[in-house]
Amino acid sequence: MLTFTLRRLLLSIPTLLAISLVIFLILELAPGDPVASMPLTIPPEVREKIRESLGLGAPFHVRYLLWLKAFFVTEPLHALDALLGTDFAAGSQRILSFQSRSPVFDIIAERLPQTLTVVGMAYLIGVLIAVPIGIISAYRQYSWFDQIGTLIAMLGYSVPTFFTGVLLIVVFSVHLGWFPSIYDTTLVVDSWDSFLLQVRQMTLPVAVLALYNAAQISRFMRASMLDNLHQDYVRTARAKGMGERVVVFVHVLRNSMIPVVTVVALGVPGVFGGAIITEQVFKVNGLGQLLITAIYGNDVPMVQTLTFIFAILIVLFNLVADVLYGLLDPRIRYD
Amino acid sequence: MAEPSAAPAAAPLVSVRDLKVHFPILSGVFRRRTGAVRAVDGVSFDIAAGETLGLVGESGCGKSTTGRAMLRLVEPTAGTVRIGDDDITTAPPGHLRRLRPAMQMVFQDPQASLNPRMTVMDIIAEPLDEHTRLSRAEKRDKVLDLMDAVGLSADFAGRYPHAFSGGQRQRIGIARALALNPRFIVCDEPIAALDVSIQAQVVNLLEDLQARFGLTYLFISHDLSMVRHIADRVAVMYLGHIVEIAPRDDLFAAPLHPYTEALLSAVPEHDPAAEATRQRIILTGDVPSPARPPAGCAFSTRCPKVQPVCRTTAPATVVTAPGRAVACHLVAGPAAAGSVGAS
Ligand SMILES: Nc1ncnc2c1ncn2[C@@H]1O[C@H](COP(=O)(O)OP(=O)(O)OP(=O)(O)O)[C@@H](O)[C@H]1O
Ligand SMILES: [Mg+2]
Repeated sequence: MLTFTLRRLLLSIPTLLAISLVIFLILELAPGDPVASMPLTIPPEVREKIRESLGLGAPFHVRYLLWLKAFFVTEPLHALDALLGTDFAAGSQRILSFQSRSPVFDIIAERLPQTLTVVGMAYLIGVLIAVPIGIISAYRQYSWFDQIGTLIAMLGYSVPTFFTGVLLIVVFSVHLGWFPSIYDTTLVVDSWDSFLLQVRQMTLPVAVLALYNAAQISRFMRASMLDNLHQDYVRTARAKGMGERVVVFVHVLRNSMIPVVTVVALGVPGVFGGAIITEQVFKVNGLGQLLITAIYGNDVPMVQTLTFIFAILIVLFNLVADVLYGLLDPRIRYD
Repeated sequence: MAEPSAAPAAAPLVSVRDLKVHFPILSGVFRRRTGAVRAVDGVSFDIAAGETLGLVGESGCGKSTTGRAMLRLVEPTAGTVRIGDDDITTAPPGHLRRLRPAMQMVFQDPQASLNPRMTVMDIIAEPLDEHTRLSRAEKRDKVLDLMDAVGLSADFAGRYPHAFSGGQRQRIGIARALALNPRFIVCDEPIAALDVSIQAQVVNLLEDLQARFGLTYLFISHDLSMVRHIADRVAVMYLGHIVEIAPRDDLFAAPLHPYTEALLSAVPEHDPAAEATRQRIILTGDVPSPARPPAGCAFSTRCPKVQPVCRTTAPATVVTAPGRAVACHLVAGPAAAGSVGAS
């Protein structure tokens, strides 16, 4: 298993390099100019100067290599410096956003907590709701519980989040006034009251995303349970005289969790990617919103860096899913 | 092995009366019940302690369902099953679980019937946790003893089922069934999924264990030569009914039911002279669906000796000799018609 993991990690290096090149190429080929949105009164020579100062003068491959070096060498060194107070990076060039001229990673670090609290919490709650619902739906297949669960899952899955988001805002913010419709990022949680405020402003976006996640995962859980419930080994467990709880939770559930754990692991990069639309609806300025505004503003380094981080996370969690599969299922041996 | 007894001794260990298992057919948007698969449709028989009853029949005739219903691994629709002094069919769940140690099953598919995420040790020891108060060390010893009894090396205790061959897996299944010292074991085609060379080993193992632990078997199979080898008495099943039940030698020497005749005509004889004159009876047509069984005798659609009465009236089960019963209009027995099962 260890050699498998190491081999996969090594293999992912060329994969990621290829991905970074493709992202760079696509952004290069995409129409759009970072200075296009600046006021028209700026004369062309000055525009050209600005382009130069953004580093756009150099040929394509030079910019790509510079970006690579900054991503893999300079930025980690800066992070190390910030952590240990050392001075390895020594003022070397970091990746700068075209829009704000500040380091891309600083901006990401600012936005990450919002995304993780809202989207991460929604994912966690989604999973925690989905697993028991899936288990009960499968165990009582075609019962009213299962039918209602199927209906809600279908709605949660097929109705887009910008619709449920706005619907919840209309009902709970506008009409009932229970929750704020806009997420206030500047809120500092330092007291019981501000904590309650934080919970209240998180409720609606978390509810929208949790419904969406739970809808998907509960279906997976149900299908996986149903697959296992009718297997012969379950009959064996009953023949052994094991109680119904042992049969369901030890025998069926443990086998059913294998594919579900994989799906949940594969969904984690999506958490970091933020839920672009939901963040937009509730004005949560997380990573999703950051990506959207960067795309609007032709902020190539920001888009490039964010997309590449998502790519790394996807590759990494694919590996995590495979390793988990190997740990959970004794039939699978990688070495 | 003991001499096969012609009929069960005074008090049978297992007695099945008019057992029925109907699976509902649900269809339409609202999943209404629109019919039933009559997988088992009124079977009755007894098994004496220490005896092996063979249950034979074509695929889909309800053999597995009979075996499962006897152990309440599927809920019977009607009828009673008694094992010893206990009524299995009416036992409430808690009581049923306490009865489980006495009755066990060796399953048809040795791969699917073992939990892939449990080691052999866990699989065999699990029922001991549930039903005994043995210490860890005692349990371990017991598991290793059982593995030894079925011919598995103790080194394998920590392995998972997927790491074994089919024959070894079936041995695990047998060791598991034996763990609670059962009196009665349903062997559901325990050798059907195995190579011919392995089949003989497993059957011999089952016979050894029977002699050693005084086990009573219901041996389900569609392999008549194997049944002839292991069974004391044989019940022949067709479309959810037992059409004939008889001591092994009587049945093989002189089958009474036309279906039994057809089945036996397909078994090669050991004696070359007999083999030369063996006449195969080829049944035409398909087995009817148990969801829509024919009127009258279930076999009437394919019977080579069919009479007009067969298509309208279901034949009663007639006891023709002690321990021998048959359900066919062509057979008139000495005893009064209509008695139930082989008594
Ligand atoms: N859970 C179920 N629901 C509906 N029908 C079933 C169910 N289990 C079995 N049946 C049906 O009942 C009939 C008898 O099945 P059973 O498994 O007892 O046959 P069998 O004699 O053991 O066959 P084989 O030799 O192939 O194992 C078949 O027609 C089968 O389709
Ligand atoms: Mg079967």
